[in-house]
Amino acid sequence: MQIYLPIAEVSVNAFMLFGIGGLVGVLSGLFGVGGGFLITPLLFFIGIPPTVAVATGANQVVASSVSGVLAHLKRRTVDMRMGVVLLVGGLIGSALGIWAFNLLSRLGQIDLAVQLSYVVFLGLIGLLMFQESLRAIARARKAGPHPSVKRHQHLWVHRLPFKMKFRASGLYISVIPPVLVGIAVGVLAAIMGVGGGFIMVPAMIYLLGMPTKVVIGTSLFQIIFVTGFTTFMHAWTNRSVDLMLALLLILGGVVGAQVGTRFGARLKAEQLRILLALLVLGVALKLGVDLLIEPRELYSISAAGRP
Amino acid sequence: MRVAALLLALLAVPAPVAAGEEVVAGLSRSAISITANFDGSDLIVYGAVKRDAPAPSDSRLEVIVTVEGPSTPITVRRKSRAFGIWVNTASVEVDRAPSFYAVATTGPLDQILSQTEDLRRKISVPQMIRSVGAPQDIADSPAFTEALIRVREANGLYSLHEGTVNLAEDTLFRTDVDLPANLVEGDYRTRFILLRDRHVVAMTETAIYVRKVGLERWLYDLAQRQPAAYGVLALAIAALAGWAASTAFRLLRNG
Repeated sequence: MQIYLPIAEVSVNAFMLFGIGGLVGVLSGLFGVGGGFLITPLLFFIGIPPTVAVATGANQVVASSVSGVLAHLKRRTVDMRMGVVLLVGGLIGSALGIWAFNLLSRLGQIDLAVQLSYVVFLGLIGLLMFQESLRAIARARKAGPHPSVKRHQHLWVHRLPFKMKFRASGLYISVIPPVLVGIAVGVLAAIMGVGGGFIMVPAMIYLLGMPTKVVIGTSLFQIIFVTGFTTFMHAWTNRSVDLMLALLLILGGVVGAQVGTRFGARLKAEQLRILLALLVLGVALKLGVDLLIEPRELYSISAAGRP
Repeated sequence: MRVAALLLALLAVPAPVAAGEEVVAGLSRSAISITANFDGSDLIVYGAVKRDAPAPSDSRLEVIVTVEGPSTPITVRRKSRAFGIWVNTASVEVDRAPSFYAVATTGPLDQILSQTEDLRRKISVPQMIRSVGAPQDIADSPAFTEALIRVREANGLYSLHEGTVNLAEDTLFRTDVDLPANLVEGDYRTRFILLRDRHVVAMTETAIYVRKVGLERWLYDLAQRQPAAYGVLALAIAALAGWAASTAFRLLRNG
């Protein structure tokens, strides 16, 4: 069944969109990832204009994060104070990102910028995940005692000014690092249409030293508002959010997430993680190769004033 | 048959150069609605030749039908290799290029239409595009217009269908024009051109109104005219869907 997308102005198969939403939903159910970093490149591959793909991807992340954060709020695993500090940085970053996005659009380089960021970040994350899951498998084989994670290390981070108490995380640190993390994630949200959890979660654990149990909930809390702001700004300045597209992706994602969560309980996480790592690397490779080999058509057409 | 009989009877009489031929034209539909499940449309274009004098017998009557979508300014960009990757490095702004352009004819275009007439009336695809100005600072601007035509031909947006207009008894003609799924809304100018001896003897035009309707219309208008409200709506839907999903999931697990 073909469906005409009013903003993207292309006609695509509705089941394919539902399928992409579903596939990414399954993955997010399995691994607890937002999935924005997979949805946006998949939309490129089926011919959705990159600007629409990024803006609509951000909208889809809002939906999946809302459904995730509610469970965490109930379990009280959200550090509100830290969330707000990260959010302040996130909003600044998102505004910067939108400004850069629109500037690059006018210069005709936005497609390249989006693709390059995807190649770099997906490649990096894929490699890290691959290495991590190999190590996890090796650890499971050895079945030794769980290595203790050192917290409360006194890094350079702890010597900065503007200290603040974060009771839920049990931290007393400067607000500068979380604001900077927030800014980085906000820029990524605006340019790539992702939530940025894959950057924020490791940064919260290793850089800020937050306890693991509040990391996911707090990052989801921040992601909702940053991607929400990003969606709004894209809709407002570029008119590039396609509601029809978003709706199909969200529907597919909702169903997929349920399936994924059920499967996730039964399957072996380490091996699945390797599969996800390979998938991420595959997408990065495809995008990278597209940049390296000579395109069949060197010319491209776009509406003047729009990318 | 009567027309043919009339023709035969008048064969001996030398025909006037301008036979006073006129086109009476019609379309299978004057408006096309882009709905949510729109995936292209077939347009039947038909018409008749009206004469106040018998048709001249010394030349063949030919018909060209063109359908032209709304024109918008566009940017054509060219990639070249920089730092090992392919980057857009040059661009040409084209002031006006139709979003869609289809030409259907009764015969090979170069045999039924003279160059000068094509130049004047902008009938063939290249003439239609070349009629727009290109900037002077890029030396090989023709390469960009050629690329524009090539890319749009590959997408089915520009096309030439020679010999697809059926002309019966030198009077009635009809052709089908395929409108693709990736149609842009606007007024589609349709020209009906009669030719003799490679010259245009009559021409008329009409328009097809292509419009988004229903939900598509509403969403598009809202996004364009009230982007802030549209953004809020997008967020509300996402938040609602996320909340509904988590609630449904909890009920499913508990129940």
